[in-house]
Amino acid sequence: MNMNFLDYYKILGIDKTATPKDIKSAYRKLARKYHPDLNPNDKDAKRNFQQINEANEVLSDPEKRKKYDQYGKNWQHAEEFEKAKQYQQQSSNYQRPDYSGAQSEGDFSDFFESLFGGSAGARRSRQANYRGQDFNTELHLDLLDAFKTHKQTLTVNGKYIRITIPAGIENGQTIKIPGHGGHGVNGGPNGDLYITFSIPNHPDIKRLGNDLYTKVDLDLFKAVLGGEITIDTLKGKVKLKVKPETQNGSRIKLKGMGFPIYKNEGHFGDLYVTYFIKIPTNLTDKQKELFRELSRSEF
Amino acid sequence: MQTEYLIEVDKFCASHNIEISFISSLEQNGLIEIITIQETGFIDSGQLQQLEKYIRFYYELDINLEGIETITHLLRRIDLMQDEIIMLKNRLRLYETE
Repeated sequence: MNMNFLDYYKILGIDKTATPKDIKSAYRKLARKYHPDLNPNDKDAKRNFQQINEANEVLSDPEKRKKYDQYGKNWQHAEEFEKAKQYQQQSSNYQRPDYSGAQSEGDFSDFFESLFGGSAGARRSRQANYRGQDFNTELHLDLLDAFKTHKQTLTVNGKYIRITIPAGIENGQTIKIPGHGGHGVNGGPNGDLYITFSIPNHPDIKRLGNDLYTKVDLDLFKAVLGGEITIDTLKGKVKLKVKPETQNGSRIKLKGMGFPIYKNEGHFGDLYVTYFIKIPTNLTDKQKELFRELSRSEF
Repeated sequence: MQTEYLIEVDKFCASHNIEISFISSLEQNGLIEIITIQETGFIDSGQLQQLEKYIRFYYELDINLEGIETITHLLRRIDLMQDEIIMLKNRLRLYETE
């Protein structure tokens, strides 16, 4: 448990003599800058917002501010303080703006929880029934996983969720699982769960949208004379006819051998194969002579 | 056929402690759509997430309607640009060496 001291005054950019009006003003200014609604998918902004929300939670409440000023740096003694003053039983009628949309259970620091007893210690001034917070998570898949529709079980806030991942999901794509976010406030609906997929490059096959790209080594003789080769694709091994006089770097398209099209079952992109012609090495004297002879021919 | 879930505007305002005039202003500014059935206003549940965002902007961040309109426009642009960045990053990976 990391319980570093948090300087709430510094977080809000105010000094210790700040009035409630100064605190409110500083909070509003920073909230407008870091509110998650204004900074979608920005983890740093979310972290900053949680800190300023927490700072405001403490400093805008006279009782909490007093306790923080007295025990902040020595939070270890907070419990003794609790017992002595039975702080939790005191009620506060203080009203403050409540940034409900982005704050949920577990959003307060360990430092806050040690002093004030967790988010239960936070006040809610507007008793509105809001939908719960949306959760964001990242799921890593390899290219082969993304190639087929499959099920996965995720653990989100201690709960198991079984989801079906449709074939063709793309790197960076986000899907929404409705109702699996945070619980609603005062009977409001649950938030949603957003899963962003991270699919690293495959060592041999690259993907762009629904098309796949791969490189195949081709020996010089087959490139010159033509022939047949077998290549690995995500659909299995495929035999290819190589045309005579195939050039280095030339590309062929295998229609329908690419990636499945997302939510369009039975439809696939294309596979592009680029030939890399390998020049033979360690030639014998006889082979070199044959090449010399060939080089004397007119093309 | 997809089922639509409609929320009565009056009930929504009562449960969120907000004025009906705020919802009307959002509609007048083209930020939400109100469906009227037998003279009663309803909000499609699909708009709930966006609507609650507007409420937070207005009541909690003190942003006026003009500000909300501007922010909404900019957030849409951010969304599009983020999609474009993902697409470009994926395209770039095609040229990255292992």
